[in-house]
Amino acid sequence: MTISRSMALKLISALVLFGAWEIAGWVPVSYAFPTFLESMSALIRMALDGSLFVAYAETLKPLIVGIAISGTIGIAIGIWIGLSNWFDWLFSPIFIVMQSAPLAALIPLLVMVYGIGLTSKVFVVCIMAMPVIVLNTAGAVRNTPTNLIEMGTAFLATRFEVITRIIVPSASPVIFSGLRLGVSAGFIGAILAELKITPTGVGDIITFSRSIADYASMYAAIFSIIVLAVIFLNLLEKLEIYLFEGNVRGYASD
Amino acid sequence: MAMPQIKEAVAPAEPDIAVSTRNISKNYGDVEALKDLSLEFPRGQLTSLLGPSGCGKTTLLKIIAGLLEPTSGEVEVDGKAVTGPGEDRAFVFQDFALLPWASVLRNVAFGLELRGVAKSEREARAAKYINDVGLGGFENAFPHELSGGMRQRVGLARALSVDSQVLLMDEPFSAVDEQTRRKFQEDLLELVAVENKTFIFVTHSIEEAVYVSDQIAILLPRPSRVSEIIRPAGLRDKDVDNIRRDSEYLDIVDRIWASLRNYVE
Repeated sequence: MTISRSMALKLISALVLFGAWEIAGWVPVSYAFPTFLESMSALIRMALDGSLFVAYAETLKPLIVGIAISGTIGIAIGIWIGLSNWFDWLFSPIFIVMQSAPLAALIPLLVMVYGIGLTSKVFVVCIMAMPVIVLNTAGAVRNTPTNLIEMGTAFLATRFEVITRIIVPSASPVIFSGLRLGVSAGFIGAILAELKITPTGVGDIITFSRSIADYASMYAAIFSIIVLAVIFLNLLEKLEIYLFEGNVRGYASD
Repeated sequence: MAMPQIKEAVAPAEPDIAVSTRNISKNYGDVEALKDLSLEFPRGQLTSLLGPSGCGKTTLLKIIAGLLEPTSGEVEVDGKAVTGPGEDRAFVFQDFALLPWASVLRNVAFGLELRGVAKSEREARAAKYINDVGLGGFENAFPHELSGGMRQRVGLARALSVDSQVLLMDEPFSAVDEQTRRKFQEDLLELVAVENKTFIFVTHSIEEAVYVSDQIAILLPRPSRVSEIIRPAGLRDKDVDNIRRDSEYLDIVDRIWASLRNYVE
Protein backbone atom coordinates (compact mmCIF):
# COMPACT_ATOMS: atom_id res chain seq x y z
CA MET A 1 0.00 0.00 0.00
CA THR A 2 2.80 2.38 0.87
CA ILE A 3 4.49 1.49 -2.42
CA SER A 4 1.44 2.35 -4.47
CA ARG A 5 1.08 5.57 -2.50
CA SER A 6 4.67 6.66 -3.15
CA MET A 7 4.20 5.66 -6.79
CA ALA A 8 1.06 7.82 -6.98
CA LEU A 9 2.92 10.77 -5.42
CA LYS A 10 5.71 10.40 -7.96
CA LEU A 11 3.19 10.35 -10.80
CA ILE A 12 1.40 13.42 -9.48
CA SER A 13 4.61 15.38 -9.07
CA ALA A 14 5.67 14.39 -12.61
CA LEU A 15 2.28 15.47 -13.96
CA VAL A 16 2.48 18.83 -12.18
CA LEU A 17 6.02 19.46 -13.42
CA PHE A 18 5.31 18.49 -17.04
CA GLY A 19 1.99 20.34 -16.97
CA ALA A 20 3.73 23.50 -15.78
CA TRP A 21 6.35 23.02 -18.51
CA GLU A 22 3.62 22.59 -21.14
CA ILE A 23 1.79 25.73 -20.03
CA ALA A 24 5.02 27.72 -19.80
CA GLY A 25 5.68 26.67 -23.41
CA TRP A 26 2.25 27.91 -24.50
CA VAL A 27 2.55 31.31 -22.85
CA PRO A 28 5.37 31.42 -24.13
CA VAL A 29 8.02 32.26 -21.54
CA SER A 30 10.49 32.76 -24.33
CA TYR A 31 10.67 32.05 -27.99
CA ALA A 32 13.46 29.62 -27.20
CA PHE A 33 11.35 27.59 -24.76
CA PRO A 34 9.38 24.77 -26.40
CA THR A 35 6.39 23.03 -24.83
CA PHE A 36 6.74 19.68 -23.12
CA LEU A 37 4.93 17.83 -25.92
CA GLU A 38 7.08 19.44 -28.63
CA SER A 39 10.20 18.38 -26.74
CA MET A 40 8.89 14.85 -26.31
CA SER A 41 8.03 14.49 -29.98
CA ALA A 42 11.54 15.69 -30.84
CA LEU A 43 12.89 13.08 -28.43
CA ILE A 44 10.85 10.34 -30.05
CA ARG A 45 11.91 11.49 -33.52
CA MET A 46 15.59 11.37 -32.54
CA ALA A 47 15.10 7.96 -30.94
CA LEU A 48 13.38 6.61 -34.05
CA ASP A 49 15.96 7.84 -36.56
CA GLY A 50 18.69 6.49 -34.25
CA SER A 51 20.60 9.76 -33.88
CA LEU A 52 19.96 9.79 -30.12
CA PHE A 53 21.60 6.40 -29.66
CA VAL A 54 24.57 7.32 -31.82
CA ALA A 55 24.99 10.41 -29.66
CA TYR A 56 24.80 8.43 -26.41
CA ALA A 57 27.30 5.89 -27.66
CA GLU A 58 29.70 8.83 -27.88
CA THR A 59 28.74 10.55 -24.62
CA LEU A 60 28.69 7.41 -22.49
CA LYS A 61 32.32 6.58 -23.28
CA PRO A 62 33.98 9.34 -21.19
CA LEU A 63 31.10 9.20 -18.70
CA ILE A 64 31.39 5.50 -17.90
CA VAL A 65 35.18 5.41 -17.98
CA GLY A 66 35.34 8.53 -15.81
CA ILE A 67 32.79 7.31 -13.27
CA ALA A 68 34.40 3.87 -13.11
CA ILE A 69 37.80 5.45 -12.42
CA SER A 70 36.39 7.93 -9.91
CA GLY A 71 34.38 5.23 -8.16
CA THR A 72 37.12 2.62 -7.74
CA ILE A 73 40.16 4.84 -7.30
CA GLY A 74 38.16 7.46 -5.41
CA ILE A 75 36.86 4.99 -2.83
CA ALA A 76 40.29 3.35 -2.51
CA ILE A 77 42.05 6.67 -1.95
CA GLY A 78 39.26 7.80 0.38
CA ILE A 79 39.62 4.69 2.54
CA TRP A 80 43.35 5.21 2.67
CA ILE A 81 43.01 8.86 3.62
CA GLY A 82 40.51 7.89 6.31
CA LEU A 83 42.86 5.29 7.78
CA SER A 84 46.11 7.21 7.76
CA ASN A 85 46.79 10.69 9.07
CA TRP A 86 49.89 10.88 6.96
CA PHE A 87 47.96 10.08 3.79
CA ASP A 88 45.30 12.55 4.82
CA TRP A 89 47.94 15.27 5.10
CA LEU A 90 49.39 14.30 1.72
CA PHE A 91 46.25 13.91 -0.40
CA SER A 92 43.28 15.71 1.14
CA PRO A 93 44.40 19.19 -0.01
CA ILE A 94 44.55 17.99 -3.64
CA PHE A 95 40.93 16.93 -3.59
CA ILE A 96 39.75 19.99 -1.71
CA VAL A 97 41.45 22.18 -4.35
CA MET A 98 40.00 19.98 -7.11
CA GLN A 99 36.52 20.35 -5.65
CA SER A 100 36.66 24.11 -5.44
CA ALA A 101 38.59 24.79 -8.67
CA PRO A 102 36.62 26.51 -11.47
CA LEU A 103 36.64 23.61 -13.92
CA ALA A 104 35.65 25.58 -17.00
CA ALA A 105 38.80 27.65 -16.57
CA LEU A 106 40.95 24.55 -16.37
CA ILE A 107 39.61 22.94 -19.55
CA PRO A 108 41.94 24.85 -21.92
CA LEU A 109 44.87 23.59 -19.84
CA LEU A 110 43.63 20.01 -20.07
CA VAL A 111 43.18 20.35 -23.83
CA MET A 112 46.70 21.70 -24.17
CA VAL A 113 48.15 18.71 -22.34
CA TYR A 114 45.88 15.85 -23.38
CA GLY A 115 44.41 17.04 -26.68
CA ILE A 116 40.74 17.10 -27.63
CA GLY A 117 40.14 13.37 -27.51
CA LEU A 118 38.67 10.96 -24.97
CA THR A 119 41.45 11.51 -22.38
CA SER A 120 40.58 15.14 -21.74
CA LYS A 121 36.88 14.34 -21.42
CA VAL A 122 37.55 11.51 -19.00
CA PHE A 123 39.65 13.95 -16.99
CA VAL A 124 36.80 16.45 -16.84
CA VAL A 125 34.41 13.74 -15.59
CA CYS A 126 36.95 12.62 -12.97
CA ILE A 127 37.67 16.14 -11.75
CA MET A 128 33.95 16.64 -11.27
CA ALA A 129 33.19 13.24 -9.71
CA MET A 130 36.24 12.22 -7.72
CA PRO A 131 36.65 14.85 -4.95
CA VAL A 132 33.23 14.35 -3.41
CA ILE A 133 33.63 10.56 -3.52
CA VAL A 134 37.10 10.72 -1.93
CA LEU A 135 36.19 13.25 0.75
CA ASN A 136 32.94 11.50 1.73
CA THR A 137 34.65 8.11 1.91
CA ALA A 138 37.52 9.48 3.98
CA GLY A 139 35.17 11.18 6.44
CA ALA A 140 33.01 8.09 6.84
CA VAL A 141 36.02 5.82 7.37
CA ARG A 142 37.44 8.20 9.98
CA ASN A 143 34.11 8.15 11.84
CA THR A 144 33.75 4.37 12.12
CA PRO A 145 32.40 3.66 15.63
CA THR A 146 35.40 2.62 17.72
CA ASN A 147 33.34 0.07 19.62
CA LEU A 148 32.81 -1.94 16.41
CA ILE A 149 36.54 -1.92 15.66
CA GLU A 150 37.24 -2.97 19.23
CA MET A 151 34.67 -5.76 18.90
CA GLY A 152 36.35 -7.01 15.72
CA THR A 153 39.75 -6.96 17.40
CA ALA A 154 38.40 -8.81 20.45
CA PHE A 155 37.03 -11.52 18.15
CA LEU A 156 40.39 -11.91 16.43
CA ALA A 157 39.88 -9.94 13.23
CA THR A 158 43.06 -9.12 11.34
CA ARG A 159 43.62 -5.49 10.34
CA PHE A 160 42.49 -6.38 6.81
CA GLU A 161 39.29 -8.02 8.10
CA VAL A 162 38.58 -5.00 10.28
CA ILE A 163 38.79 -2.82 7.16
CA THR A 164 36.75 -5.05 4.83
CA ARG A 165 34.12 -6.37 7.25
CA ILE A 166 33.69 -3.48 9.67
CA ILE A 167 35.07 -0.16 8.46
CA VAL A 168 33.87 -0.33 4.84
CA PRO A 169 30.33 -1.63 5.55
CA SER A 170 30.01 0.85 8.40
CA ALA A 171 31.10 3.68 6.11
CA SER A 172 28.96 2.45 3.22
CA PRO A 173 25.93 4.76 3.68
CA VAL A 174 28.14 7.84 3.45
CA ILE A 175 30.30 6.29 0.72
CA PHE A 176 27.14 5.69 -1.30
CA SER A 177 25.87 9.20 -0.76
CA GLY A 178 29.27 10.40 -1.99
CA LEU A 179 28.92 8.10 -5.00
CA ARG A 180 25.49 9.53 -5.78
CA LEU A 181 26.80 13.09 -5.62
CA GLY A 182 29.87 12.05 -7.61
CA VAL A 183 27.84 10.36 -10.32
CA SER A 184 25.57 13.38 -10.74
CA ALA A 185 28.64 15.61 -10.92
CA GLY A 186 30.12 13.18 -13.46
CA PHE A 187 27.06 13.59 -15.70
CA ILE A 188 27.49 17.35 -15.54
CA GLY A 189 31.17 16.89 -16.32
CA ALA A 190 30.49 14.70 -19.36
CA ILE A 191 28.13 17.26 -20.90
CA LEU A 192 30.41 20.14 -19.96
CA ALA A 193 33.30 18.38 -21.69
CA GLU A 194 31.24 17.97 -24.86
CA LEU A 195 30.19 21.60 -24.80
CA LYS A 196 33.65 23.01 -24.02
CA ILE A 197 36.13 20.67 -25.68
CA THR A 198 34.66 19.21 -28.87
CA PRO A 199 30.96 18.96 -29.64
CA THR A 200 30.26 15.24 -29.80
CA GLY A 201 27.38 13.06 -28.68
CA VAL A 202 24.64 14.68 -26.62
CA GLY A 203 26.67 17.87 -26.33
CA ASP A 204 26.69 18.01 -30.11
CA ILE A 205 22.89 17.68 -30.27
CA ILE A 206 22.56 20.51 -27.76
CA THR A 207 25.03 22.80 -29.53
CA PHE A 208 23.85 22.01 -33.04
CA SER A 209 20.11 22.25 -32.43
CA ARG A 210 20.60 25.53 -30.61
CA SER A 211 22.55 26.90 -33.55
CA ILE A 212 19.69 26.08 -35.94
CA ALA A 213 17.04 27.23 -33.42
CA ASP A 214 15.60 23.69 -33.09
CA TYR A 215 14.93 24.26 -29.42
CA ALA A 216 12.64 21.24 -29.08
CA SER A 217 15.56 18.91 -29.92
CA MET A 218 17.87 20.82 -27.60
CA TYR A 219 15.49 20.43 -24.66
CA ALA A 220 14.83 16.80 -25.62
CA ALA A 221 18.57 16.09 -25.34
CA ILE A 222 18.81 17.84 -21.97
CA PHE A 223 15.72 15.99 -20.76
CA SER A 224 17.12 12.64 -21.84
CA ILE A 225 20.39 13.14 -19.97
CA ILE A 226 18.49 14.03 -16.79
CA VAL A 227 16.35 10.91 -17.14
CA LEU A 228 19.46 8.80 -17.65
CA ALA A 229 21.10 10.29 -14.56
CA VAL A 230 18.00 9.59 -12.46
CA ILE A 231 17.87 5.99 -13.67
CA PHE A 232 21.55 5.55 -12.87
CA LEU A 233 21.14 6.97 -9.37
CA ASN A 234 18.21 4.63 -8.75
CA LEU A 235 20.29 1.65 -9.82
CA LEU A 236 22.99 2.78 -7.40
CA GLU A 237 20.44 2.83 -4.60
CA LYS A 238 19.29 -0.69 -5.51
CA LEU A 239 22.92 -1.84 -5.33
CA GLU A 240 23.28 -0.29 -1.89
CA ILE A 241 20.14 -2.00 -0.59
CA TYR A 242 21.33 -5.30 -2.06
CA LEU A 243 24.78 -5.03 -0.45
CA PHE A 244 23.95 -3.57 2.96
CA GLU A 245 20.34 -4.30 3.73
CA GLY A 246 20.44 -3.58 7.46
CA ASN A 247 22.18 -0.25 6.94
CA VAL A 248 19.49 1.12 4.70
CA ARG A 249 16.74 0.29 7.16
CA GLY A 250 18.31 2.50 9.77
CA TYR A 251 20.78 2.27 12.60
CA ALA A 252 20.49 0.61 15.94
CA SER A 253 19.98 3.63 18.15
CA ASP A 254 21.58 3.33 21.53
CA MET B 1 35.50 -8.94 59.96
CA ALA B 2 36.00 -10.20 56.43
CA MET B 3 38.12 -13.11 57.44
CA PRO B 4 35.59 -15.86 58.29
CA GLN B 5 33.94 -15.65 54.90
CA ILE B 6 37.20 -15.87 53.03
CA LYS B 7 38.26 -18.89 55.05
CA GLU B 8 35.06 -20.79 54.45
CA ALA B 9 35.31 -20.40 50.69
CA VAL B 10 38.95 -21.36 50.38
CA ALA B 11 38.48 -24.43 52.55
CA PRO B 12 37.62 -26.98 49.80
CA ALA B 13 41.16 -27.36 48.39
CA GLU B 14 43.17 -24.74 46.50
CA PRO B 15 40.96 -23.26 43.76
CA ASP B 16 42.07 -23.81 40.18
CA ILE B 17 43.09 -20.42 38.75
CA ALA B 18 42.05 -19.73 35.14
CA VAL B 19 43.16 -16.13 34.80
CA SER B 20 45.65 -14.20 36.84
CA THR B 21 46.87 -10.65 36.58
CA ARG B 22 50.21 -9.77 38.14
CA ASN B 23 51.33 -6.30 39.14
CA ILE B 24 49.37 -4.61 36.40
CA SER B 25 49.96 -0.89 36.02
CA LYS B 26 48.46 1.28 33.36
CA ASN B 27 49.30 4.93 32.85
CA TYR B 28 47.63 7.34 30.49
CA GLY B 29 50.28 10.01 30.25
CA ASP B 30 50.70 11.23 33.82
CA VAL B 31 47.48 9.64 35.04
CA GLU B 32 47.85 6.33 36.82
CA ALA B 33 44.71 4.35 35.94
CA LEU B 34 45.86 1.09 37.50
CA LYS B 35 48.70 0.61 39.95
CA ASP B 36 50.37 -2.67 40.77
CA LEU B 37 47.16 -4.63 40.62
CA SER B 38 47.20 -8.38 41.16
CA LEU B 39 44.13 -10.59 41.08
CA GLU B 40 43.29 -14.23 40.51
CA PHE B 41 40.18 -15.55 38.86
CA PRO B 42 39.14 -19.12 39.80
CA ARG B 43 38.07 -21.43 36.99
CA GLY B 44 34.38 -22.05 36.46
CA GLN B 45 33.39 -19.16 38.70
CA LEU B 46 32.12 -15.65 38.25
CA THR B 47 34.30 -12.86 39.55
CA SER B 48 32.95 -9.33 39.64
CA LEU B 49 35.07 -6.23 39.38
CA LEU B 50 33.17 -3.67 41.39
CA GLY B 51 34.00 -0.07 42.11
CA PRO B 52 32.99 3.54 41.67
CA SER B 53 33.19 5.05 38.21
CA GLY B 54 36.69 5.89 37.09
CA CYS B 55 38.26 3.14 39.18
CA GLY B 56 39.71 1.41 36.12
CA LYS B 57 37.61 -1.75 36.15
CA THR B 58 36.87 -1.58 32.44
CA THR B 59 40.54 -0.79 31.78
CA LEU B 60 41.51 -3.93 33.68
CA LEU B 61 38.98 -6.00 31.74
CA LYS B 62 40.28 -4.70 28.40
CA ILE B 63 43.84 -5.48 29.47
CA ILE B 64 42.75 -9.05 30.24
CA ALA B 65 41.03 -9.15 26.84
CA GLY B 66 44.26 -8.03 25.17
CA LEU B 67 42.57 -4.92 23.80
CA LEU B 68 44.83 -2.65 25.86
CA GLU B 69 48.50 -3.07 26.69
CA PRO B 70 49.41 -2.69 30.34
CA THR B 71 52.25 -0.27 31.04
CA SER B 72 53.78 -2.99 33.19
CA GLY B 73 52.80 -6.31 34.66
CA GLU B 74 51.33 -9.34 32.97
CA VAL B 75 48.16 -11.32 32.45
CA GLU B 76 48.12 -15.09 32.28
CA VAL B 77 45.29 -17.25 30.97
CA ASP B 78 45.80 -20.94 31.73
CA GLY B 79 49.41 -20.18 32.51
CA LYS B 80 50.09 -18.56 29.15
CA ALA B 81 50.99 -14.88 29.00
CA VAL B 82 48.49 -12.69 27.14
CA THR B 83 49.92 -10.63 24.30
CA GLY B 84 46.68 -9.75 22.53
CA PRO B 85 43.13 -10.98 21.98
CA GLY B 86 42.95 -14.77 21.85
CA GLU B 87 40.64 -17.70 21.21
CA ASP B 88 40.52 -18.43 24.94
CA ARG B 89 38.62 -15.21 25.71
CA ALA B 90 35.35 -13.74 24.42
CA PHE B 91 33.98 -10.27 25.15
CA VAL B 92 30.49 -8.96 25.84
CA PHE B 93 30.28 -5.21 25.32
CA GLN B 94 28.40 -2.65 27.35
CA ASP B 95 26.99 -1.02 24.22
CA PHE B 96 26.43 -4.39 22.49
CA ALA B 97 28.71 -3.51 19.52
CA LEU B 98 26.49 -5.23 16.95
CA LEU B 99 26.95 -4.74 13.23
CA PRO B 100 23.88 -2.72 12.20
CA TRP B 101 24.03 -3.96 8.59
CA ALA B 102 24.06 -7.63 9.57
CA SER B 103 21.23 -9.91 10.64
CA VAL B 104 21.10 -11.45 14.11
CA LEU B 105 22.37 -14.70 12.62
CA ARG B 106 25.40 -13.08 11.03
CA ASN B 107 26.10 -10.99 14.12
CA VAL B 108 26.11 -14.07 16.34
CA ALA B 109 28.21 -15.99 13.83
CA PHE B 110 30.63 -13.08 13.37
CA GLY B 111 33.17 -14.37 15.89
CA LEU B 112 33.18 -17.75 14.13
CA GLU B 113 33.34 -16.03 10.74
CA LEU B 114 36.54 -14.28 11.83
CA ARG B 115 37.95 -17.62 12.96
CA GLY B 116 37.44 -19.02 9.49
CA VAL B 117 34.64 -21.47 10.36
CA ALA B 118 32.73 -22.55 7.22
CA LYS B 119 29.43 -20.78 6.63
CA SER B 120 27.06 -23.72 7.11
CA GLU B 121 28.76 -24.84 10.31
CA ARG B 122 29.00 -21.40 11.89
CA GLU B 123 25.36 -20.67 11.08
CA ALA B 124 24.29 -23.95 12.66
CA ARG B 125 26.27 -23.14 15.79
CA ALA B 126 24.99 -19.58 15.87
CA ALA B 127 21.39 -20.78 15.49
CA LYS B 128 21.85 -23.05 18.50
CA TYR B 129 23.06 -20.19 20.70
CA ILE B 130 20.38 -17.83 19.39
CA ASN B 131 17.89 -20.41 20.66
CA ASP B 132 19.76 -20.78 23.94
CA VAL B 133 19.56 -17.06 24.72
CA GLY B 134 15.87 -17.08 23.86
CA LEU B 135 15.95 -15.30 20.50
CA GLY B 136 14.70 -18.19 18.35
CA GLY B 137 12.73 -16.82 15.41
CA PHE B 138 14.74 -13.57 15.27
CA GLU B 139 17.60 -14.98 13.17
CA ASN B 140 16.87 -12.72 10.23
CA ALA B 141 15.98 -9.59 12.19
CA PHE B 142 18.34 -6.61 12.17
CA PRO B 143 19.68 -5.03 15.37
CA HIS B 144 17.59 -1.87 15.02
CA GLU B 145 14.45 -4.02 15.11
CA LEU B 146 15.34 -5.41 18.55
CA SER B 147 14.96 -3.96 22.04
CA GLY B 148 18.04 -3.17 24.13
CA GLY B 149 17.69 -6.40 26.09
CA MET B 150 17.39 -8.47 22.94
CA ARG B 151 20.44 -6.76 21.46
CA GLN B 152 22.48 -7.72 24.47
CA ARG B 153 21.25 -11.30 24.11
CA VAL B 154 22.71 -11.20 20.61
CA GLY B 155 25.99 -9.94 22.07
CA LEU B 156 25.92 -12.74 24.62
CA ALA B 157 25.14 -15.39 21.99
CA ARG B 158 28.06 -14.11 19.90
CA ALA B 159 30.42 -14.46 22.85
CA LEU B 160 29.10 -17.92 23.75
CA SER B 161 29.23 -19.27 20.20
CA VAL B 162 33.02 -19.01 19.95
CA ASP B 163 33.17 -21.32 22.98
CA SER B 164 35.98 -19.56 24.80
CA GLN B 165 37.07 -20.64 28.25
CA VAL B 166 36.86 -17.12 29.64
CA LEU B 167 33.94 -14.77 29.20
CA LEU B 168 34.67 -11.09 29.76
CA MET B 169 31.60 -8.96 30.39
CA ASP B 170 31.86 -5.18 30.50
CA GLU B 171 28.82 -3.83 32.36
CA PRO B 172 26.67 -5.98 30.08
CA PHE B 173 23.36 -5.14 31.73
CA SER B 174 23.83 -1.44 32.39
CA ALA B 175 22.18 -0.36 29.14
CA VAL B 176 19.01 -2.43 29.58
CA ASP B 177 15.95 -1.68 31.68
CA GLU B 178 15.52 -2.85 35.27
CA GLN B 179 13.19 -5.78 34.64
CA THR B 180 15.27 -7.10 31.76
CA ARG B 181 18.33 -6.70 33.95
CA ARG B 182 16.84 -8.90 36.70
CA LYS B 183 15.99 -11.57 34.15
CA PHE B 184 19.51 -11.34 32.75
CA GLN B 185 21.00 -11.77 36.20
CA GLU B 186 18.98 -14.92 36.81
CA ASP B 187 19.93 -16.27 33.39
CA LEU B 188 23.56 -15.46 34.11
CA LEU B 189 23.50 -17.54 37.30
CA GLU B 190 22.15 -20.44 35.32
CA LEU B 191 24.78 -19.92 32.64
CA VAL B 192 27.59 -20.00 35.21
CA ALA B 193 26.17 -23.21 36.63
CA VAL B 194 25.71 -24.92 33.25
CA GLU B 195 28.73 -23.76 31.23
CA ASN B 196 32.07 -24.59 32.72
CA LYS B 197 33.49 -21.17 31.90
CA THR B 198 35.29 -18.52 33.86
CA PHE B 199 33.32 -15.28 33.97
CA ILE B 200 34.84 -11.89 34.64
CA PHE B 201 32.11 -9.37 35.13
CA VAL B 202 32.47 -5.60 35.44
CA THR B 203 29.65 -3.78 37.16
CA HIS B 204 29.00 -0.62 39.13
CA SER B 205 25.94 -2.09 40.84
CA ILE B 206 26.61 -3.46 44.31
CA GLU B 207 23.40 -5.50 44.35
CA GLU B 208 24.14 -6.99 40.96
CA ALA B 209 27.68 -7.94 41.98
CA VAL B 210 26.56 -9.65 45.18
CA TYR B 211 23.70 -11.39 43.42
CA VAL B 212 25.67 -12.98 40.58
CA SER B 213 29.21 -13.40 41.93
CA ASP B 214 31.23 -16.20 43.42
CA GLN B 215 33.93 -13.66 44.15
CA ILE B 216 33.79 -9.87 44.28
CA ALA B 217 36.91 -7.77 43.84
CA ILE B 218 36.37 -4.24 45.08
CA LEU B 219 38.52 -1.71 43.29
CA LEU B 220 39.19 1.73 44.69
CA PRO B 221 40.17 4.58 42.42
CA ARG B 222 43.09 6.89 41.74
CA PRO B 223 45.17 4.90 41.26
CA SER B 224 43.10 1.80 41.09
CA ARG B 225 43.93 -1.09 43.37
CA VAL B 226 42.11 -4.05 44.87
CA SER B 227 40.91 -3.00 48.29
CA GLU B 228 39.10 -6.15 49.25
CA ILE B 229 38.01 -9.53 47.93
CA ILE B 230 34.71 -10.87 49.15
CA ARG B 231 33.50 -14.41 48.58
CA PRO B 232 29.84 -14.87 49.47
CA ALA B 233 29.80 -18.32 51.03
CA GLY B 234 26.24 -19.51 51.10
CA LEU B 235 24.44 -17.70 48.31
CA ARG B 236 25.14 -20.08 45.40
CA ASP B 237 23.15 -22.92 46.93
CA LYS B 238 20.11 -20.75 47.49
CA ASP B 239 17.17 -20.61 45.16
CA VAL B 240 17.43 -17.54 42.88
CA ASP B 241 14.15 -16.21 44.27
CA ASN B 242 15.44 -16.12 47.83
CA ILE B 243 18.88 -14.61 47.36
CA ARG B 244 17.74 -11.02 47.68
CA ARG B 245 16.07 -11.80 51.04
CA ASP B 246 19.03 -13.66 52.42
CA SER B 247 20.72 -12.02 55.41
CA GLU B 248 24.19 -12.73 54.04
CA TYR B 249 23.23 -10.97 50.79
CA LEU B 250 21.99 -7.93 52.69
CA ASP B 251 25.03 -7.85 54.97
CA ILE B 252 27.49 -7.96 52.11
CA VAL B 253 25.62 -5.24 50.19
CA ASP B 254 25.75 -3.01 53.29
CA ARG B 255 29.38 -3.73 53.93
CA ILE B 256 30.41 -2.92 50.37
CA TRP B 257 28.43 0.30 50.44
CA ALA B 258 30.12 1.26 53.70
CA SER B 259 33.54 0.90 52.12
CA LEU B 260 32.63 2.59 48.84
CA ARG B 261 30.57 5.53 50.06
CA ASN B 262 33.63 7.69 50.76
CA TYR B 263 34.70 7.42 47.16
CA VAL B 264 31.47 8.53 45.59
CA GLU B 265 31.46 12.15 44.57
